[in-house]
Amino acid sequence: MAHFTKATSIKDWLNQRLAIDKVEKVMASEYWIPKNINFLWAMGMVLVITFALLLVSGIFLLMYYQPNVDTAFDSVNYTIMREVDFGWLWRHVHGVAASVVFLIIYIHMFTAIYYGSYKKGREMIWISGMLLFIAFSAEAFSGYMLPWGQMSYWAGMVITNLFSGGSLHADGLVEWIRGDYVPAQAFLNRFFMLHVLLVPLAIIGLIGLHFGALRIPHVNNQDGEEIDFEAESKKYLAGDKTGSKVIRFANDFMSKDMMVVGFYLIFFFYLVFYHYGFAMDPVNFDPADGLKTPEHIYPEWYFLWSYEILRPFSTDIGLMAFAFAQVIFLALPFLDRSDNAIPASRRGLFKFWFWAMLIDMITLTAMGKVPPIEPFGTIGLIAALTFIGLWIALPIITYYEKKA
Amino acid sequence: MKNNSRRGFMGKAFGAVGAVGAVASLYAMKKSWDPLPSVKAAGFTTLDMSNYNENEVITEKWRGKPIFVLKYTSEMAASLDEKQKERTIVINGSHYMVNLGLCTHLGCIPSYDKNDKSFLCACHGGMYDFTGAVTKAPPPRGLDIPPFKIQGNTLVLGEEGPEYKSMKENGITL
Repeated sequence: MAHFTKATSIKDWLNQRLAIDKVEKVMASEYWIPKNINFLWAMGMVLVITFALLLVSGIFLLMYYQPNVDTAFDSVNYTIMREVDFGWLWRHVHGVAASVVFLIIYIHMFTAIYYGSYKKGREMIWISGMLLFIAFSAEAFSGYMLPWGQMSYWAGMVITNLFSGGSLHADGLVEWIRGDYVPAQAFLNRFFMLHVLLVPLAIIGLIGLHFGALRIPHVNNQDGEEIDFEAESKKYLAGDKTGSKVIRFANDFMSKDMMVVGFYLIFFFYLVFYHYGFAMDPVNFDPADGLKTPEHIYPEWYFLWSYEILRPFSTDIGLMAFAFAQVIFLALPFLDRSDNAIPASRRGLFKFWFWAMLIDMITLTAMGKVPPIEPFGTIGLIAALTFIGLWIALPIITYYEKKA
Repeated sequence: MKNNSRRGFMGKAFGAVGAVGAVASLYAMKKSWDPLPSVKAAGFTTLDMSNYNENEVITEKWRGKPIFVLKYTSEMAASLDEKQKERTIVINGSHYMVNLGLCTHLGCIPSYDKNDKSFLCACHGGMYDFTGAVTKAPPPRGLDIPPFKIQGNTLVLGEEGPEYKSMKENGITL
């Protein structure tokens, strides 16, 4: 047994048992962050805060929500919205955060793509991040079922039908996922379980992995410079704070981070109080009806790009294109054949690849929103083909990229 | 050395017990997600076919899914080609379309246009003629026909009669 002495203070008492000083150093004051970064590096913290908002608002919604096909709709739209004091606040925070979290995830992702933060030892950061994206997508979809409105029901119908695999006709698998021939009580109950327990557990675990993956390669910087964190931190601790290329994570870097979070929260609560409508589809204010499809079914904005890759093709090709779109980002560190971990602007053809991909995904998003009529159908088809073409071109153009 | 082999054996023994347990619990978990017997049992619907008006789609319900019933007008019945005839159910001399009202693309409910005598799926723009045969992609095939059995003037959905079996054999429906 370790030797314990009479504690001189509460801190000392805790230190002897939990080594809190050491933990604080490892986690915060001697976790080193490069100085040469910009506000885009704050998106991780913005996401943490958004996840916390989702968790807290979700806990309050959970106390009144009823996962039953007969009462779910009213428990949301009557009990929570009208009876519970500030119930509307939790619902609007939850709905707006569920939408905005994807905006931040996309910014976070494209920042990583632009600065090459997915290679040279940072592959696991990228992969764990993409797994988080998938987990968040599952969380968003399962949560979308819960108000049991028309969009909930029909999104549930359409998305679970994807698992029939087109011509494979795996109807048994679809019925197994639903626990019924159509989305009904068993379906609502199990998606409720997924939304409040299993998927959040996976998300929390993946966040741990994502942070852990950062420890060894450290955070990237604006020039993709390879920093000797050992030497630079020694310089900092010796007093040469100006000469050192790194700063402490807390409180130094955190103060910048939280500044960005502050601006973000003003924007976020502006949306919650004055502009929450974008996250609340009007069609979902009709209760679920299995015998009436809404005029025009579309997913939330953050799924539109992959939905648009599905839409212009016949069922089987569409499903293959859709499956391709879902997994291809995971392979980015391996499809990019260049060793250059520098900003896209200094990377030859990759610069054009980056902007073409961004513009293509915005185009797909826009085309996914409009009804399937011309010329939108053709534009969507071209954008979907461009998406696939860009991924095929990526290994080729990066293979021939000059060493920077 | 002796200890090591003993530990190795214990490790393998635990691995074996663990593997059996894991497979068994996966089986139990799989079965727990299956549709319940009560869900499966509530699977029959009987329709009185004399109640329908011509050229009007009535939506019935079978296993929670919409069933389109459309009685043809005499012109519609006369205009049928061979393919369309195969999809049509004849009861007491009247011609009917009885189809699952779910688009075979991704399961939205198409809507019927009385004048054009066709179905349009608003989700992804698929179209069907009045017999449920597909006329415009993306749907991969015509509307599915539910298992049915003709009993005099009624139709029992969920039971497989000879007419349904022959449709299935000829590949008219899945």
